[in-house]
Amino acid sequence: MSNTHDMLFRSLADPTRRSIFERLCRDGEQTVGALTSQSGVSQPAVSKHLGVLKQAGLVRDRHKGRQTHYSAQLGALAPLIDWTSQMAGFWQSRFDHLEDLLKRMDQ
Amino acid sequence: MNKPATETRTVIVEREIPYPPEKIWRALTQPHLIEEWLMKNDFKPDVDHRFRLSADWGGVDCQVLAVEPNRTLSYTWAAYGLESVVTWTLTPTNTGTHLRMEHSGFQADQRQAYQGDRYGWQQFFAKLEQVLARLD
Repeated sequence: MSNTHDMLFRSLADPTRRSIFERLCRDGEQTVGALTSQSGVSQPAVSKHLGVLKQAGLVRDRHKGRQTHYSAQLGALAPLIDWTSQMAGFWQSRFDHLEDLLKRMDQ
Repeated sequence: MNKPATETRTVIVEREIPYPPEKIWRALTQPHLIEEWLMKNDFKPDVDHRFRLSADWGGVDCQVLAVEPNRTLSYTWAAYGLESVVTWTLTPTNTGTHLRMEHSGFQADQRQAYQGDRYGWQQFFAKLEQVLARLD
């Protein structure tokens, strides 16, 4: 599992952050203010969550006047959607290691 | 097409292995052997035992769910806030053992039970798939 993968999972493991991301997926581009009014947490907290999502490549920001608009970047989810094939690859290689070990073990 | 998200997020690996179940069982349950093919660990084959698999990229928190010597071993697998379950099944054959590993992920009910998270991953994926479907 790569660092990108790690960051993606970490950033979406937090329920508040995930709900902010879901809202951006569902409703399109929004300002921090609009996101705050529906989130149940403070504006600095929402900004902090957006910073984490941005770092993971999950959202993009666009400055317009004094407002910052955020939008979801669905392409960044590709590794997550690909969880099944990632894990299949992981386990196939572990099976190979396991078989090597069995060859080396005493009966 | 309409399979629940839990099913689509399951990984199954099966192999015919030319050794008896007893030998494979040792490799699956003895910490120094597990380390050789999987990760460093503090595993014990006791139901409810919590253990951690550690690697240089991080680690996985686990808890033993079921132990039936030489037949079945099952444990939870939690990484990055995702709760999933790994189940090993050993079936003796004429030439050795049919070894099956099933790793099923993103079980929303389970996650809610353990962590009280109102946003289960399963619902998240269901919603996500709807969004992606709309984007053609």
